[in-house]
Amino acid sequence: MQRGYKLILGSSVVIGAATGAGAAQAETMNVTVTIPRLSVAEYHRPYVAIWLEKEGAAPRTLSVWYDVDKAKGEGTKWLRDMRQWWRVSGRTMSFPADGVTGATRAPGEQKIGFTNGKGPLGRLGAGNYTLVVEAAREVGGRELLRLPFNWPPKPGATVRVKGKSELGAVSVSFGK
Amino acid sequence: MKARHVIAGAVGALLLSGAAQAHRQWMLPSSTTLSGNESWVTVDAAVSNDLFYFEHNPMRTDNIRVTQPDGSEGKIENSATGKYRSTFDVHLTQPGTYRIASVSTGIMGSYMVNGEQKRLPRGTTKDNLAGAIPAGATNVQTTEASNRNEIFVTLGAPTATIFKPTGAGIELVPVTHPNDLVSGEAATFQFLLDGKPAAGLKVTAIPGGIRYRDSLGQMDLITDKDGKLTITWPQPGMYWLNASTGGGREGGEAMGAPGSTAQKPQRPAGPPQRRASYVTTLEVLAP
Repeated sequence: MQRGYKLILGSSVVIGAATGAGAAQAETMNVTVTIPRLSVAEYHRPYVAIWLEKEGAAPRTLSVWYDVDKAKGEGTKWLRDMRQWWRVSGRTMSFPADGVTGATRAPGEQKIGFTNGKGPLGRLGAGNYTLVVEAAREVGGRELLRLPFNWPPKPGATVRVKGKSELGAVSVSFGK
Repeated sequence: MKARHVIAGAVGALLLSGAAQAHRQWMLPSSTTLSGNESWVTVDAAVSNDLFYFEHNPMRTDNIRVTQPDGSEGKIENSATGKYRSTFDVHLTQPGTYRIASVSTGIMGSYMVNGEQKRLPRGTTKDNLAGAIPAGATNVQTTEASNRNEIFVTLGAPTATIFKPTGAGIELVPVTHPNDLVSGEAATFQFLLDGKPAAGLKVTAIPGGIRYRDSLGQMDLITDKDGKLTITWPQPGMYWLNASTGGGREGGEAMGAPGSTAQKPQRPAGPPQRRASYVTTLEVLAP
């Protein structure tokens, strides 16, 4: 287990502005979130929030996985347990949020893709961003991981971090 | 005797004698930051030495008022008073910030009649003061005390409607919203006394969990000329925040020997002295 969040860059990774005319620019962002399989007496799938931060800009919620099927929207009661996301973005949203919220996901590698200019990602301006992933589990713990990147990245660029408790490997990679 | 204790607890530590002033009155909400279309908080209310443990007296609940985010009056439900604490629920049905408060204003004092010093009865107010003093009384001394004990809870995003000052006693005006506190961050609050900035007001903040540590961890602060102060929260948790002026335990002039008004140096009869106290419980979240 790593102490702290280690940023591991892929072999050919470049985190930096794409330069010059003709440089291919990434248009898609693919996020992989590994939800660890835990052997605990009482297991519930974690709530997960994925959002983008950029200095000087309002945080942008990309995806929230929660207990959407509970009667009378009772699953929203625990959204605040993803406390950093709740503070920066969640508390001003209404739920369910079209194109953003979905059901909780099972242990294993979970993938979600975004396209520049579409859906919750919107059109990204150039700059330094941080993709943030926060997970909170009922009768369990909470973990938050930060993945910094520069937009626009080169296609193929990947940022990886590894969680310690409520999250496993988390990565974001960029493609055309 | 039991009823008397309960009442004293509700009115506030200021009305108790010196020994009893060590007690702290508080309300402790089950949560201050809530999500969902509607939610509930349950609140424990007590008077105790250590924070936040039930070990002395319950706080009376019949003076507790709820103000909803839109400014309308809400209600407490399922109220019960036990040996050491009271408990009640508040149903949060509107998005925004709620106030749950126990506010009282009373007049304390004494007068001489037939060579004997008498105290004004409990429950004396501006309105019934004249009737409380018998004909022929001399050396009438009065002190007006405003006590406010309030907590805030927020469903969804914090709002500020409920912070409109009433102009009576000590009041808190947020610069930082009291339901938006995170450890390691600085929070600024403004305090008013009777509607005006309370400059030089002494304020103390004590983290809960006293029972399991040796030092109190008390932070002593003082407001600036605008009545403002800034606190940087050393760790997450519930904090008890107290301010008082014009007498009382913390931040005021001494009140004299315990329970012995008669031995206090006589001051001439004159305009009423002003006393005010403020208590709130603040939740500081981890980053």
